[in-house]
Amino acid sequence: MIRIINLFFIIFFLLSAKAYSLIEIDITRGNLDPLPIAVSPLFQDDNSKRNSINELKIENVGSEISLVVENNLKISGLFNPLSKEAFLQKPDIAHLKPRFEDWALIKAQALITGKVTIEDKKLKVEFRLWDILAGREMMALAFTTVPSNWRRVGHIISDKVYERLTGEKGYFDTRIIYVSEEGPKTARVKKLAIMDQDGFNTKYLTLGNELVLTPRFNPTSQMVTYLSYFKNLPRVYLLDIETGTQEVVGDFPGMTFAPRFSPDGKKIIMSFAKDGNSDIYTMDLENRIVERITNHPSIDTSPSYSPDNRFITFNSDRSGYQQIYVMKSDGSNVKRISFGKGLYGTPVWSPRGDLIAFTKLHKGKFYIGVMRTDGSGERLLTENYYQEAPSWSPNGRVLIFYRETKSNDKGEGFSAKLWSIDLTGYNERQVQTETDASDPSWSSLLSN
Amino acid sequence: MNFSKSFRNTFLVILLSLIVSACATKKTTTKVEGQMQGDVYTGTDTVKYLADGVPDRVFFATNESILTTKSRDTLRKQANWLRENSSINVVVEGHADERGTREYNLALGERRANAAKDYLITYGISADRISVISYGKERPVDSGSNPLSWSKNRRSVTVKAN
Repeated sequence: MIRIINLFFIIFFLLSAKAYSLIEIDITRGNLDPLPIAVSPLFQDDNSKRNSINELKIENVGSEISLVVENNLKISGLFNPLSKEAFLQKPDIAHLKPRFEDWALIKAQALITGKVTIEDKKLKVEFRLWDILAGREMMALAFTTVPSNWRRVGHIISDKVYERLTGEKGYFDTRIIYVSEEGPKTARVKKLAIMDQDGFNTKYLTLGNELVLTPRFNPTSQMVTYLSYFKNLPRVYLLDIETGTQEVVGDFPGMTFAPRFSPDGKKIIMSFAKDGNSDIYTMDLENRIVERITNHPSIDTSPSYSPDNRFITFNSDRSGYQQIYVMKSDGSNVKRISFGKGLYGTPVWSPRGDLIAFTKLHKGKFYIGVMRTDGSGERLLTENYYQEAPSWSPNGRVLIFYRETKSNDKGEGFSAKLWSIDLTGYNERQVQTETDASDPSWSSLLSN
Repeated sequence: MNFSKSFRNTFLVILLSLIVSACATKKTTTKVEGQMQGDVYTGTDTVKYLADGVPDRVFFATNESILTTKSRDTLRKQANWLRENSSINVVVEGHADERGTREYNLALGERRANAAKDYLITYGISADRISVISYGKERPVDSGSNPLSWSKNRRSVTVKAN
């Protein structure tokens, strides 16, 4: 359904002048002073404008792409895109050779320029990143793709700029899979939905006939594992996004839930509930072999692998209450790691390997937090009436989760929305969705 | 003269409404107290009946799956009814309130449904007549966000399957 369309990269020249460049962003600290950047509309000649209208029904796709870039950079919290009204130089001239004094005058430290052509049903985009203070070019790239891919071009430019200026991979050319919610609390209709990271191109993958929960991407972001109540039998399913084919995972005589892929994509790890007891199992997707990982009369759920496949973090109430544990991936060496006040749930291992994000419930409040994998260094990022289920951006810098509001005694005032927050605890913002939403899962970087 | 009279009337109306609203507040508080013991729901608001005098559901304390004395009494009535109606099979649905993580609540709902199922089995009902399903926090009966609403939602419900 969603086509991972090949993007043809033609790298003109890539100056790796990092050692000399004056601008650099430190993303390990809360950034209260975002970098002023000018995103000049990508220039498009009249011939391309006509083709653009024919192909896309958009008059100036160059401006539209620059708006995608501008919005991405803004929501990252690390950049402050300057108002286009203050720009003194025309897009085509700036792209050839910016007059650095003009851009310095409006306090820009970096500048993005570019050019777009649409010919023979192909969209060709080139862009340049300029260091205004040093007065020179930092990066130049060009790519060709199908015109309908224009938003992705904007996301890829954003990723390249982010990477060049922060030294870390971006997270803009990504998608979010989530559960779309509608209707009253007592009869909520839930559907699987997928959208671009910035809230555009929403598609619904199920019709809402049965309850669906907790979708999660595989490492290549082409498959999704989730819980469906199809025929009133709650089971873990596997969905191929492109073909739309679905299948039940394994043949369990009871509810399976809380699924996730292993980081190598070969296994699904999940809980299986039998006779009032939930334990953790894996199923190998190639040979279909099922393995039992935990065997304990308590509830063991919400398993998540470490990125090197060697460890599993999970949620258990074996101590009497919900706490977070880590074990080797064969189930040995189980260790409790959460010891703070309150209950802990939904542990999820960071793609960088060094942290575990979680939900904490303490004195009637819900927190999203992170701790090191041995449980030390607990840091709570956000407190609210209700929020849970963090999912990491592929670069491990941002968490997305869902938040619910309190209803009054008649059940009014309830909502469920997606939110994101930086690992630093700054830059908390709502992620736009067409409907109410929950259970978000962030894809990997698509153009890698 | 007229002015002072209407002023006095207004004053009386305000005073009266204050007394009435004070009564109303007091009434609801006692009502809430009468409907919960600890944080287990003991009222009958949401309860349906499988047959005359056979309630369909039992309620649980927060994070618990222990059956209260009242729950056991209800389940014995259900067991008697199932014994008298041997052709009927049931599904026990387990539910949790909205104040927990989704995945843990699915497991908790399953644990609650099985607590009820096990009790029915102890009272002589064959295990293959009872299936269980957990809805976690997905199907509340009361959509309020307050302790009384939550107590009504922490439940297991016995439903006819055929």
